[in-house]
Amino acid sequence: MNQIGLTELLILSTTLFFIGIYGFLTRRNLIVMLMSVELLLNSVNINFLAFNKYLFPGKMEGVFFSIFIIAIAAAEAAVAIAIIINLYRRHKSIDVEDAEVMKD
Amino acid sequence: MSVHSLIFYLIAALILGGGFMAVTSRKIFRSAVYLLFSLIGIAGLYFWMEYEFLAAVQIIVYVGGIVVLIIFSIFLTQTASLDMPRPKLNRRLFAGLAVLCGFLLTLTTLLQHTFLPSLEPAAEVSVSAIGLKMLSVEEGGYALPFEVVSILLLAAMIGCIVIAIKTPGDK
Repeated sequence: MNQIGLTELLILSTTLFFIGIYGFLTRRNLIVMLMSVELLLNSVNINFLAFNKYLFPGKMEGVFFSIFIIAIAAAEAAVAIAIIINLYRRHKSIDVEDAEVMKD
Repeated sequence: MSVHSLIFYLIAALILGGGFMAVTSRKIFRSAVYLLFSLIGIAGLYFWMEYEFLAAVQIIVYVGGIVVLIIFSIFLTQTASLDMPRPKLNRRLFAGLAVLCGFLLTLTTLLQHTFLPSLEPAAEVSVSAIGLKMLSVEEGGYALPFEVVSILLLAAMIGCIVIAIKTPGDK
């Protein structure tokens, strides 16, 4: 365990991914679920950069995928928060069980 | 253990501790602050991997943008001092079980696989190299995805305004 290699980074990102999944499954608050999704996206970013660094150091594909993922995550968070604020304005609740009225 | 790997373990502890507290804390405001620490840890990991540009982008977009947005929406939607209800034991149990199974499955696959390290020389990931590749229209360039993402951001911005706007008729 002297040298940090690809495996350690992948274990780190896997653990972060499943922490995010746990939060997404257990919490019923829409904002906390959004935070869990951010953790998932970040763990995927770590994966892309780790593969780029250790397996394909001569290329830059992983860097570009990470940049695009960050951009899309920002757009997704903004849209999700707009929906959450609108939902709260109508129903005074951001619990996911109350969100099924959205389909009416 | 060298200093390099010691720093890695410290950063990993920050990321995982922050992430775990963010999804288990019962005060939503504290949850957002723990998420902030986790995201800063990820920026530190990018510095550790010598992707300085990505680390800067991570700090600007996540720490400066998304977390601030989340904290604003917490203030807009509920009283921050109120505890959230504890999730049901049933749900926690089954979610934990599913997560544990998935984690162990991924971990065994990961540890059995041997990755072949590359021998090619490392390219320099400088800001100018990223910028040139991003706007290149030749093969392997990223001009088209760049434009698509900019249209997506514009559409998301307009969509947010349309969704969250308060028309005078609304109560």
